[in-house]
Amino acid sequence: MTFDLKIDEPHPEHRADGLAQGVLEQDNDRPDGWLKVAGTATYAAEEQADDMLHGFLVRAPKIGAVSCPNVDDVRAMEGVRSVLRDPRMIRNAAQGTANEAPAQGVDRAAYVGQPVALVVAESFEQARHAAQALVVSVEEEDKPVQPDAVEPEKPEDKSTELGDLDRAMSEAAFTVDAVYTTPSMVSAAMEPHAATAHWDGETLTLRGSLQMLKFNRNELADSVGLDPKHVRVLAPYVGGGFGSKLGISADCVAAALAAMELKQPVRVVQHRRNVFEVNTRRSETRQHIRLAADTEGRLTGLGHEALVSNLPEEEFSEPVIQGSHFAYAASNRTLGMKVARIHRSAAGSVRAPGESVGVTAFEVAMDELAQAAGVDPVNLRLRNIPEKDPESGKPFSSHRLEAALRQGADAFGWSHRHAAPRQQREGEWWIGTGMAAAFRVNMVIEAEARISLTRDGATVMSDMTDIGTGSYAIFGQIAAELLGLPLDRIDAQLGDTRFPPGSGSGGSFGAASTGTAVWLAGMEIRKQIADRLGCSEAELTLKDGKATYANKRASLRDLLSDEPITGHGHVEPGEAAEKVRQATFGAHFAEVAVSDVTGEVCVRRMLGSFAAGRILNPRTATSQCHGGMTWGIGMALTEELTHDRRDGHAVNRDLAGYHLPVNADVPPLEVHFVEELDDWAGPMQAKGIGELGICGAGASILNAVYNACGARVRDMPATPDRVLAALPS
Amino acid sequence: MKPFDYQRPDTLSGAHGAARDGATFIAGGTNLIDLMKLEVMAPDTLIDISRLGLDRIVPHGDGLHVGATVTNSDLAADMRIRRDYPVLARALLAGASGQLRNKATTGGNLLQRTRCPYFYDTATPCNKRSPGSGCAALGGEMRNHAVLGTSEHCVALHPSDMAVAMRALDVTVEVEGADGTRSETALDDFYRLPGDRPDQETTLDAGDLITGVILPAPFGGRQTYRKVRDRASYAFALVSVAATVRMENDRISNVALAFGGIGTRPWRDPDVEDLLTGETPTTALFEKAGDILMKDAVLREGLEFKDTLVRRLLTATLTEMTQ
Repeated sequence: MTFDLKIDEPHPEHRADGLAQGVLEQDNDRPDGWLKVAGTATYAAEEQADDMLHGFLVRAPKIGAVSCPNVDDVRAMEGVRSVLRDPRMIRNAAQGTANEAPAQGVDRAAYVGQPVALVVAESFEQARHAAQALVVSVEEEDKPVQPDAVEPEKPEDKSTELGDLDRAMSEAAFTVDAVYTTPSMVSAAMEPHAATAHWDGETLTLRGSLQMLKFNRNELADSVGLDPKHVRVLAPYVGGGFGSKLGISADCVAAALAAMELKQPVRVVQHRRNVFEVNTRRSETRQHIRLAADTEGRLTGLGHEALVSNLPEEEFSEPVIQGSHFAYAASNRTLGMKVARIHRSAAGSVRAPGESVGVTAFEVAMDELAQAAGVDPVNLRLRNIPEKDPESGKPFSSHRLEAALRQGADAFGWSHRHAAPRQQREGEWWIGTGMAAAFRVNMVIEAEARISLTRDGATVMSDMTDIGTGSYAIFGQIAAELLGLPLDRIDAQLGDTRFPPGSGSGGSFGAASTGTAVWLAGMEIRKQIADRLGCSEAELTLKDGKATYANKRASLRDLLSDEPITGHGHVEPGEAAEKVRQATFGAHFAEVAVSDVTGEVCVRRMLGSFAAGRILNPRTATSQCHGGMTWGIGMALTEELTHDRRDGHAVNRDLAGYHLPVNADVPPLEVHFVEELDDWAGPMQAKGIGELGICGAGASILNAVYNACGARVRDMPATPDRVLAALPS
Repeated sequence: MKPFDYQRPDTLSGAHGAARDGATFIAGGTNLIDLMKLEVMAPDTLIDISRLGLDRIVPHGDGLHVGATVTNSDLAADMRIRRDYPVLARALLAGASGQLRNKATTGGNLLQRTRCPYFYDTATPCNKRSPGSGCAALGGEMRNHAVLGTSEHCVALHPSDMAVAMRALDVTVEVEGADGTRSETALDDFYRLPGDRPDQETTLDAGDLITGVILPAPFGGRQTYRKVRDRASYAFALVSVAATVRMENDRISNVALAFGGIGTRPWRDPDVEDLLTGETPTTALFEKAGDILMKDAVLREGLEFKDTLVRRLLTATLTEMTQ
């Protein structure tokens, strides 16, 4: 039995509040947590097979036409079984939800680092050594690699022009007109992209490190030329994705092709140095932001125009201005995007594409306006909260920015702040605080899930992934709550395309989308139990394995036959997206110390206050916010993927050279959730939380740097040299 | 990684006996193994020196003899080092990460290779990796590169923190040659400038094995090591300074200053110390010291910031040390 739901209308009946088991919204352990810390969760590269072969990707050292003159010599090397130069190998990872093969081919390298061969050998070491021995000759082509070296495309559908911003600027009491830049960044998930492929002559089975399996199966099938029904993809455990594993990756396709050729299982693990260039990076951005405000700091106009880049043929462009469409009221608006087609590695989704860098730059600009207008930064945001979507005029489904700002400010102690910069000093260290608002669009994605209830308990099934986010925990809680079972009687099985297609993990939509499918499946089972008890679903109470209605009470064991009861849930986005503007909101606060001698910045504490609908599991939600805030530290202070100016290659492509924040950089992080139930979000009133924590986090730090020492850094990251250069003399 | 033989002799003579062309000594391997994986280095044979009994710190005259395989963690934690050579303990703890320091050794730290990203990228030319092939860093992206001691063949920075402190401490490197003869080289004479042979980084001959480092009698005075970096741990110095200062009658009676993050080798300039010695500490004096330190600096594009940064660090450090 299937419960289909298209989200066309709000769900004002808060059923989750009336259920009896009491496990939803609780801080529960993750069922996969122990497996992970004990090392028994099997990741993509950890599958064992006696006849496993090992592949190593070979990269193009230059841009241009590629040939490999010594293939025969390499084939003759010890242990080598094949040197694959298959035109079906993919140029770079597919974009999220591509559902088809990305650009393919090995004869022409569009960027330095493109995989142009796979060397397969009996051991990993043999494969890597032979890969190093393979000569890759390139007839070099002169291609642009700098975003400002080409005339950019200007996609019209991504622009907004309302009123007259130039005039608003000229008539404004206060203005900000500045350019902000962010560099290329990468996901750098702990688990590198890896795949193990098996081919039995008919079916290709691939264990990968992937986020969205229903799409990944089709992308893989299309890449290698198989019918998707002959492809099975598994990713039960994924060691972080952050967008870099949304689409099928080069290791997966290469492993599959090698397994099909050699008729043996093949494992391909991307070397960390591949990870930084073969998978999608976050595009560098150049953002021109203009703000016009009246004497009270109310915005009369805003402009946000961004230049990003990508390879030719890639549809994705970093949606920098996505949050600016709805963040603040202002009647004169100019928003636009430009895309430079250049030959750096492919750009794609990296945690909170759009708002992560767009809101961050915009919130620095808002701080500049607050300073110019002499308005407290929190008050400036409060004064500019729109009553309805400022461009479409649609109402907001729910808007809790004010609560997030006020509660965050209270908890942080914002009122003790010095409004002017350079007011507090400890030795050589300037101390300051800053804040920023957080905005992120909210989406629901089509998803399915099935629950099978037996006398022993329930099994939840979906091809949904858990990329470290807590899917196993949350789906178990939803099923347990609906079915009235203790958590230990729920078994969530995820990450296998044999299960119903979930949403996949991405865009913060996983828990709410697939979670709603699980909810619907559970509801479907509740109806069947109610039938057996002779009542309606709403009249039924399920708790601790017992069903109660009026004065009737039965244990589920007695109500069930040998046949399990199954429920299938199916949710898809409907007209809600047309009727209302839906988003998540938050506020970031940070305290920093800045060395007057060296320009080093030390983040002393951070606090985030977030509104994302019903919080299904406060522990996993808090972890998501901790992660996002930590990314904000990286964006503000340390992370930059450097491209060589001559050929665009990623210069610092390892974890020593690409500076993610380390533990010593991360202070105590405090997370608060604002009470909110968003009826338009579906029957659980829950929205996405996975990306909100990064949006604007970096701006709170940069604004604190300004408040501390008066250095306004507009080019991220604010490394010591940049802070020094911006320090008032 | 190229296939290689591995030997683990129990004696120094056994280690020398195993040494031949294409062989490399290995201790902690924290840098060498990375380089071997990338085939930046591809030795035929690894001779593991971890069982040679070189892991002790013992008195040596009025100073200490630190065995070559004493780990960075053990050296930093040694009470004698913390008490008498705090600049060294601080430098060690400013380097790498806890895990790396547990494996990395004293001799290996002295011999670690540059972190110039082009040196690690076998798809690009590098005179240090492949003599005569050219330098991809020149005209490329420079941030962690040198501004002093460079040549048109190489701008690679020496990455060590430990060696910077040791240079300020006037340590001596003890070496045993392939024929078993021992010699001692002042650290000042140990590192070569790149010139036209950046692949030749030290004065060691083929088969030479560092057996230890000799710390002279404790200097006393005030000592510090300060490192500026892009993140709080596991990052190489943008600029660092090791300083030892003694004051008499409000004048600087003795000073040693060594710098990381600016030179192709741990950098020390006697002219800077000559200027300061005997003088009353003033900001103007320290700024003049910065002028002398940086007089021959070549500030290539991307490295201009180091000039400002090292001068500010120098002035602030000396101000603090002479107060």
